[in-house]
Amino acid sequence: MFNRDRWKEILEVLSSNVFRTLATSFGVGWGIFILIILLAAGKGLENGIRADFGDIATNTMFMWSRNTTISYKGLPKGRRFSFKLEDVQAIKDNIPNLRFISPRNQLGGFGGSNNVVRGLKTGAFNVYGDYPEIIRQEPMTITSGRFVNHNDIQDKRKVAVIGVGVRNELYDLGETVLGTYIKIQGVNFMVVGTYQKKDDGGGEEGQKEIYVPFTAFSQAFNMGNDVGWMAITALDGSSISNLKEKIVNVVKEKRKIHPDDKRAVGYFDLYEQYNRVESLFGALRWVAYFVGVLVLLSGIIGVSNIMLIVIKERTKEIGIRRALGEPPWSIKKQILMESIFLTIISGMIGIVFGAAFIYGVNAVLDSVGPVDMFVNPSVSLGVVVSALVILIFSGLLAGFIPAQSAIKIRPIEALRTE
Amino acid sequence: MIQIKDLHKSYKMGKNSLHVLKGINFNVEEGELVAIMGSSGSGKSTLLNILGMLDELDEGTYTLDGVAIKNLNETKAAQYRNKFLGFIFQSFNLINYKSAAENVALPLYYQKVARKERQEKALKYLTQVGLKEWANHLPSELSGGQKQRVAIARAMAAEPKVLLADEPTGALDSTTSYEVMDLIQKINDQGNTILIVTHEPDIADMCKRIVHLKDGVIIEDKKIEQVRASKYV
Repeated sequence: MFNRDRWKEILEVLSSNVFRTLATSFGVGWGIFILIILLAAGKGLENGIRADFGDIATNTMFMWSRNTTISYKGLPKGRRFSFKLEDVQAIKDNIPNLRFISPRNQLGGFGGSNNVVRGLKTGAFNVYGDYPEIIRQEPMTITSGRFVNHNDIQDKRKVAVIGVGVRNELYDLGETVLGTYIKIQGVNFMVVGTYQKKDDGGGEEGQKEIYVPFTAFSQAFNMGNDVGWMAITALDGSSISNLKEKIVNVVKEKRKIHPDDKRAVGYFDLYEQYNRVESLFGALRWVAYFVGVLVLLSGIIGVSNIMLIVIKERTKEIGIRRALGEPPWSIKKQILMESIFLTIISGMIGIVFGAAFIYGVNAVLDSVGPVDMFVNPSVSLGVVVSALVILIFSGLLAGFIPAQSAIKIRPIEALRTE
Repeated sequence: MIQIKDLHKSYKMGKNSLHVLKGINFNVEEGELVAIMGSSGSGKSTLLNILGMLDELDEGTYTLDGVAIKNLNETKAAQYRNKFLGFIFQSFNLINYKSAAENVALPLYYQKVARKERQEKALKYLTQVGLKEWANHLPSELSGGQKQRVAIARAMAAEPKVLLADEPTGALDSTTSYEVMDLIQKINDQGNTILIVTHEPDIADMCKRIVHLKDGVIIEDKKIEQVRASKYV
């Protein structure tokens, strides 16, 4: 492999017709270039969509109550029901491998009327009665003060954590926020913290929320034991998608809902969505490899063709060498090495150009500002390594047929060609 | 050195079979300088190719330096060619992108001789054929006679048992031909066995023995008084 004479010869052969060598290597370089760019584009899309998911605990389902559609145990169909706090306990008791269960009650909603007052200012916001764990499922950054904690729950403290959107509407710039009071549907809550959510396509709406302790909320707004909504996260390693059926069944049992009533309990399986997107990424990667390798294949065929021509040109030389006693495997090795060398060098050039292109795209993206669903297209070292492996393999492939045909020529015939 | 018994060789051309060699019996002793003569189509080149293990015989036996040459695969044949034989061709057959010295060193490379030793030996043989100053020149920068001398140096580099020359002077003018023959005679004087295929009577006369082939059989095999080429140089 590291034989000076062999390498000297490879370089001599490849440099004997520079234009042809360049034209040939362009095919392979182009193939790898396309492969790298496709993979990088896929990665950019993946990064973009992942950024949309943000830090949300993806192994999560959301569950809410709707109207029953089947009468059961003497109860009519079309009945409106509500989850109860005891359901939360029942789920905890019956379903293993759950990490968080956060029950929630809610006031307001999209396009609702003004429900929050502070002095002369009013606004319409989503008000959530929540448990502290919700911050682990729906991440937000506390910009000042604190989030709801278990003491708040215990003591039913009327405290509130408000989003930056709420602060901007109810407070003047630079005004003290912490320790002031806001009136939510006529009940005073003390602001103990502000938060900011990652801008995730939800736009302003995500910043215009108010979090208060679940217990205080229930008491203040006469919810009793009702629970409107639950966010349930499974432990890592056990999929919520496999558990959701059981969870819904536990709730149905407790709420006297017919087991076959599919519409009474609404839920959204975030994990399933996430997995669907994940498999989309997988498919994208596959397509990138598929297309890239096909483009590369045409380059490889080019190399193979040129090697065949080179051998045709060198038939006599091969005949001389064999007459002088060069063993066939040595000739084969020589041709394979020439082919691999040519493929790898041109592939490297393709990789370098691909990397430069991606660098350029990133620079443009940085200067133009964020583009929806496309963040930081890049290829990992792993991709580069696998590209190299593909190259070595293709070089072998490209050289194999020519090498085989080179040693098939009998020395006497090779010597006769002029 | 070479024993050939009852050698037959025929080529298939479509449905017809062309019987080229029809029972050749022929021995060569060490140190001989043999000319194989005959008109074209007489089978002399075929005989040389078989002797050179470039072609296979159909029938008969071929023994070279006590080794039976039979059913060789290509690797083995290459090894034997490298070890036993040196080739000199009519069209020189130098590798045109390698310098004279590299060409001469080539058979040694296949013997896995170390690089430095190869270069030394190549230079030694180039000196012997009087081309030391041309060691780093490419074949395209050499004259025909010089090229043939490089080829002779290359054939000798591996120190083979037998040198096989196929019309070594066929592409040269007569003065250069005699120079080359002079060189061949000198090499023969050192004790090397050499076989020359030629159709030129004056070249054949410079050998020590002439084997005359016609239509695939030896019609004449005589020892002659050698004409020294140095007289004409």
